[in-house]
Amino acid sequence: MSKILVVDDSNSIRDMVSFTLKSSGYQTVEAHDGQDGLSKAQMGAFDLVITDVNMPNMDGITLCQELRKLTSFQYTPILMLTTESSTDMKQRGKAAGATGWLVKPFNPEKLLATIKRVVR
Amino acid sequence: MDIQTLANEIPVQGEYALEGIDFISTGEQYLTFSLGQEQYAVNILSVEEIRSWEQPTHIPNAPKFVKGVINMRGIIVPIIDLRLKFGIGDAKYSKTTVVVVLTAQHMTKSRTMGFVVDAVSDVLNAEQDDIKAAPAFGGNLAQHYIEGIVNVDENVVTLLNVNALQVIAKQKANS
Amino acid sequence: MSIDLSQFIPTFLEESFEGIELMEASLLTLEQGDAETINAIFRAAHSVKGGAGTFGFNHVTEFTHLVETLLDEMRDGRRDISQKDIEILLNAVDCMRILIEAIRDESTYDESKIAATSKLLAATLNDRSPSDERIDEDIHESSIENLSEEAATTDLEPGLQRWSISFIPEHHLVQTGNDPLLLLNALRELGEMSVLANCNSIPSLTEFDGTELYISWNIILLTAVGKEDIAEVFEWVEDDCQLIISKDEQIDKQSLEITEMTNNVLSESVKEAESPASKIVENTGAENPKVASHAQAHKPKVESSSIRVGVDKVDSLINLVGELVITQSMLSELGNDFDTSKVERLNAGLEQLLQNTKELQESVMRIRMLPISFAFNRFPRLIHDLSKKMDKEIELLISGEQTELDKSVMEQIGDPLVHLVRNAVDHGIEATDVRVANGKPEKGTVSLDAYHQGGSIVIEIKDDGGGIDREAVLAKAKERGLIDESSSLNDAQVYDLLFEPGFSTAKEVSDISGRGVGMDVVKRNIQSLGGRIQIESELGLGSTFKVFLPLTLAILDGQLIKVGREVYIIPLITIVESLQTQESLINRTSGGMVLYRLREDNVPVIPIYKLFNIPAENKEIKNSLLVVVEADGQKVGLMVDDLLAQQQVVVKSLNDNYQQVEGISGATILGDGSVAMILDVPSMITMALKVAKTQQETHIMTEEAMH
Repeated sequence: MSKILVVDDSNSIRDMVSFTLKSSGYQTVEAHDGQDGLSKAQMGAFDLVITDVNMPNMDGITLCQELRKLTSFQYTPILMLTTESSTDMKQRGKAAGATGWLVKPFNPEKLLATIKRVVR
Repeated sequence: MDIQTLANEIPVQGEYALEGIDFISTGEQYLTFSLGQEQYAVNILSVEEIRSWEQPTHIPNAPKFVKGVINMRGIIVPIIDLRLKFGIGDAKYSKTTVVVVLTAQHMTKSRTMGFVVDAVSDVLNAEQDDIKAAPAFGGNLAQHYIEGIVNVDENVVTLLNVNALQVIAKQKANS
Repeated sequence: MSIDLSQFIPTFLEESFEGIELMEASLLTLEQGDAETINAIFRAAHSVKGGAGTFGFNHVTEFTHLVETLLDEMRDGRRDISQKDIEILLNAVDCMRILIEAIRDESTYDESKIAATSKLLAATLNDRSPSDERIDEDIHESSIENLSEEAATTDLEPGLQRWSISFIPEHHLVQTGNDPLLLLNALRELGEMSVLANCNSIPSLTEFDGTELYISWNIILLTAVGKEDIAEVFEWVEDDCQLIISKDEQIDKQSLEITEMTNNVLSESVKEAESPASKIVENTGAENPKVASHAQAHKPKVESSSIRVGVDKVDSLINLVGELVITQSMLSELGNDFDTSKVERLNAGLEQLLQNTKELQESVMRIRMLPISFAFNRFPRLIHDLSKKMDKEIELLISGEQTELDKSVMEQIGDPLVHLVRNAVDHGIEATDVRVANGKPEKGTVSLDAYHQGGSIVIEIKDDGGGIDREAVLAKAKERGLIDESSSLNDAQVYDLLFEPGFSTAKEVSDISGRGVGMDVVKRNIQSLGGRIQIESELGLGSTFKVFLPLTLAILDGQLIKVGREVYIIPLITIVESLQTQESLINRTSGGMVLYRLREDNVPVIPIYKLFNIPAENKEIKNSLLVVVEADGQKVGLMVDDLLAQQQVVVKSLNDNYQQVEGISGATILGDGSVAMILDVPSMITMALKVAKTQQETHIMTEEAMH
């Protein structure tokens, strides 16, 4: 079973992403900001990280950079959950080492369909 | 585009047939009880408990068949006399008078009410096929209370809709 | 597959309200260069927008998008933080609140206000954002593109399209976390697919790098979706590969067979297994209607009935339950072989049980308690708006905001408090020139304070304004006929006149505090919560309004009474006095109504047995027991058979399993386990008046009939 780390400061979005993933048989761990996400990432390996961009304490871009510094997350797919679909945000994400992005509004069917591109 | 038509036209590999598959029993269990000479039943899943009659606390200006409320483990539960509500038999109260407490879901909330009946009889196993629609004519009961009827030997048991039983017209001021 | 997310709407609403509160509070303190605050405001708006989009509340998304854009410009330093923009944003925050409330209540909202604010936002965005026009153009272009794309698709209906795709990844593609095999699987979901892998560029083993990718793919895809959807599968890797998607000639169903054959030939050289497109198409076709109806059936009724509780409160509850369990096991052990020698231990055990129960009750009640800051939070904004509107400089001091109050009391005290604060600003604080002339500081002060006193919570609204002019109030009351010329009243009685319906000392009705709701409504609301209000004032120095509220609505102090066989509870707070009637003071009116003379008042007598149609021991008003109660300024005498004990009772709703009953506010469980109804005094008065009216009518009718 694939294990996914979900990082978002919004309870509702985090709950929904997690719920959607769980209902499809994925295992999830939730974190409420980048800092929390990083410390949870350090405690175990994940098959995928889904993170929000705008978060207090540590934003998604920084989290992504930090994760890429960890050996166990060197090639782990990292997806940015963002409403900003501008090229700028995508470039910043890619530069930080993100694998791809998911554009909000959050749609459960779409989420499940798209993450299949990076996780089994 | 008509995706359905399209789907029908595309050959399907390994179509499988439904013939020969055994259906899992659709039967449900019902608790039967008597009102006067007649037999009624409710889905056993809605039965919370069966208790003996105790004098409830009167609700001001309630309809005659609403006998009042009791305390069931800290919950305030109204008591309805089904014999009065349906106009069947004598509404007598003795030590053997029984209250069947039923819970049903109404929209997002569940409701619990106690119903006074003459006696609780049996648990009835009724397959979906055994349940017939109630005749549209005659009978004491309005159609919406009835889910169906089941023949048990020579007797007829009327299956009641718990949700319908729990609906009480808005109380009007007494004037 | 359908995933029902409506269960998350309450969380979203709760979160949005928190976000809106945060935005408002932060906007009020926002200063130029405060990056952390502006970021926090931006994030809050961003979350509301994101959530709203998820649930399809598009009007919220659209509106919040404007807010977010403006905030984004401020955040990036592209725009200075001006007072004007802050006002617009505050206005927009109000609109967001309106929109979210409308979702919560499933109600309509003032669309014109939203539209007006949208316009303001758009105008200010256009004002200083040169990039805006370009964005507009972009949107325009893309929508045209979409249109033409759609038109094209329409032309091709109902055929499938054959696409050939060449996918040549850069060697480093796998290092970004992308996996080409998964991408191909995702592509397969779109239709029927054949894949040819090109392994020509795989280097010799010595040069082989395990983290690099050397394979490229040629794909033939038979699908109903358009180019964009195909490209979307590769959107994360478009910079890390060469991708060519080209359309083959349109095919119809006759040529399908040919394609099948091609596929079969192709698939022999491909390692990946096939999944027939037909199956997927069929699935989608069959499931879509179901999804739609499901979504309709699940229109959720959202109620804000949840409560957030600190972990410490839950922990203390768990500890108490633990103690209760210990006491219980001690008692039951004691009961196993009980004899008289153990009476002392039994008593000790029961004492302990009593203590546990009491602590448990208090602890459970604390769960419903929230700090009053929830109610105080809105006042900085209110004072900000009021001082602008009235051109008075005002400082707001808040203290005691950690004082806890029952959630339901909190919800209902908000509006009366707003009215009192408005009143303090409007009628209390003098105009600046008056203040200066009187040697007071230009800036007026309004302070809010909350604290516990005995079993109640006290909320103080204090201003350093002009105070209440006793003589002016008296003169006005006389003019309005509220009191006799000759009445001599003490200060408290004079101030109480302010709460009389129809009394207003403001020379003109201003739109700040004179919006049809007067101080009488404030007093009534406070009373309906079981509280009271009291005024202290000193001319020239200011006034203090003190609101006394019960800590909770879930428990009330009651007077047990008996009528016939039934025991009822009268809320102690409504009781004025209890008395034994004297025949000489009983007056009957023509309509069958009985009035009882209580000093200067004529109090209507309501025999409970008559109102509730129950048997009673005593039906004679003469020498009966009368409990005089007051509600909404009306006194009535409830005729009862007997007065029993006074005790605290836990209020339980009749609504849960039954329905609202006229004259009854709820029920409670007495010590012996039986149920007793709690009387709703205001509702009983209404009932009695109705009965009296119909009786009077019948009386008149009978008289007419006799003539």
